[in-house]
Amino acid sequence: MKLINLFKIAIAAIKRNKMRSFLTMLGIVIGVGAVITMLAIGQGSNESIKSSISSMGTNLINVMPASMNRGGVQQGRTASQSLEEKDVYYLQKNCTLIDAVSPEMRSSGQVVFGSKNWPTDVGGGNEDYAVIKKYEIATGRFYTHQEIKSAAKVCVLGQTIVKNVFGEDADPIGQSIRFNNIPFKVIGTFKEKGNNTFGQDQDDMILMPYSTIMKRITRETHLRSIVISAKYEDKITETSTEIEELLRQSHKLKEAEDNDFDIRTQEELISNFSSISQMLLVLLGSISAISLVVGGIGIMNIMYVSVTERTREIGLRLAIGGKGKDILMQFLLEAILLSVIGGLIGVLLGYIVSNTIEGIMNWPILITTDSVLLSFIVCTFIGVFFGWYPARKASALDPIVALRHE
Amino acid sequence: MSNNNKIIEIKQLHKNYEVGDETVRALQGIDLTINKGEFVAIMGTSGSGKSTLLNILGCLDRASEGDYWLDGSNVKKLKKNQLAEIRSAKLGFVFQSYNLLPRTTALENVELPLLYNPSVSSKLRREKAEAALVAVGLKDRMKHLSNQMSGGQQQRVAIARSIVNDPVIILADEATGNLDTRTSFEIMALFQDLNEKGITIGFVTHESDIARFTKRNIVFRDGRIIKDIETENRARAIEAIRELKNEDYLLN
Repeated sequence: MKLINLFKIAIAAIKRNKMRSFLTMLGIVIGVGAVITMLAIGQGSNESIKSSISSMGTNLINVMPASMNRGGVQQGRTASQSLEEKDVYYLQKNCTLIDAVSPEMRSSGQVVFGSKNWPTDVGGGNEDYAVIKKYEIATGRFYTHQEIKSAAKVCVLGQTIVKNVFGEDADPIGQSIRFNNIPFKVIGTFKEKGNNTFGQDQDDMILMPYSTIMKRITRETHLRSIVISAKYEDKITETSTEIEELLRQSHKLKEAEDNDFDIRTQEELISNFSSISQMLLVLLGSISAISLVVGGIGIMNIMYVSVTERTREIGLRLAIGGKGKDILMQFLLEAILLSVIGGLIGVLLGYIVSNTIEGIMNWPILITTDSVLLSFIVCTFIGVFFGWYPARKASALDPIVALRHE
Repeated sequence: MSNNNKIIEIKQLHKNYEVGDETVRALQGIDLTINKGEFVAIMGTSGSGKSTLLNILGCLDRASEGDYWLDGSNVKKLKKNQLAEIRSAKLGFVFQSYNLLPRTTALENVELPLLYNPSVSSKLRREKAEAALVAVGLKDRMKHLSNQMSGGQQQRVAIARSIVNDPVIILADEATGNLDTRTSFEIMALFQDLNEKGITIGFVTHESDIARFTKRNIVFRDGRIIKDIETENRARAIEAIRELKNEDYLLN
């Protein structure tokens, strides 16, 4: 039989039974659409939880100098001078599992502007510092590489400082403040971060280049610490091992020597996060599995019924010269056409519904190529399979029996 | 075959069905020859074996024993797909319940058998279908949907479908069984007309009233042919319709 005739027969059969074709397609449309929407909501929530947890800094790794023992007296951390700028460059160059690395300097003192003053902390790193510590610029800009190199007297203010020193609604950009009697030009402010897990106000902070703090405020030659953001939240242990090895190389430590630094990670946060993430994964997996099964059963039923219902038609086609193969091909083609068209409409529906939900309910959604492909392929496959299976049985029927079918 | 006029030749045909432990002997040694141009009524009560024979003649079923030559080829040895090809090339079917595709035009219904024949182009298919519909008197209803037609018209479409592939024989199974008397006569008039044009017809019925329009009556009982005669006083269906009109007139 010619393929073109087969197409004609299949398309005519689909058109002839518009309602049944529509219902069959609807099963697939809903199946695909529902799975895509479910996964979009699930993955969206997962992403948003992930990002809110990681904003707490699960990927943050701190390296501090180890406390040294001098003549039996344990020294404070700041006294030991084991971390240097070259360690930062060394890590930047060689560490594969990190996103960004920055030196960190800290100091505290009184900030003065006009007649107002406020006790606060200053902190600083290189140009990646804001990214690592998740500070976002609200107005103005962050300091540049050039300003770090020249230890420029510039600063970025937290909102608490802006409120207390400049007052609400004031624009501090371009103004000059004094810290420890040194004037600094305000080049930007960062968005409110709120309190951290320990109740500390994270907006009561002034950021400036670490070189400025080192050279102009504390006059130190060594780094207080190095902050690092790891590339993968689930590989913190590996990352910290890599950092340890690299720093030992950089410090030229021998096998027998102890580390002259400490590495700290946010292990508790990480383990919390991974258990939440795992739970979400299981939840998501079961939701999509159930959706796929339910959608699949719907498709299966309607396909099965639609073939059974047409047994007499099959009998007639066999009687007037159709071969079993022709019948099978016709039904298979019908199933493929319905499933593929239904699947495509389902993908479209999934996108529309997901975006509507995002728009109306303000839920975070995330549609991934994987979820679209998975639902489309599974539903289409089920549609084609359950179109093919009863059709195969029908095509093997005795024409007399098929003709007599009521 | 010595005689080229033989469309159907059957020798010692048996058909047995296994029903549970019992063997039902539906046909018990049938000998039958149908020549070109015949119009045969196959009659009998239900269970007499006439439908079984029709199924075998129509290559829908195979005999248990005996030989069957259709238009010179022995059908008994053919496989399922070859039987389908025979049905497609040499046979036409008319059923009691018409078996038209619903919501499909008359023309498309008639074209259907030719769709399964790859050697027929779509142009030729259209031409033959139109010619067949003209032959059954449905020239003006080609684009009508099957479910919008009366029973008689639907059966005409079915008859057009059965002749569209130029079969060697049309096999009709109780083709007038669902129709009222007048429409039945009209259908029989159409069959007589087609037969006069040279088409061979095998017609299963249990109504002797219908069988009188055929040329030859074969009567079955318990799987055997008990009577095979030329129709006495063969009636013309057109005249029968005219008489019906007269009766209607008298009744009113």
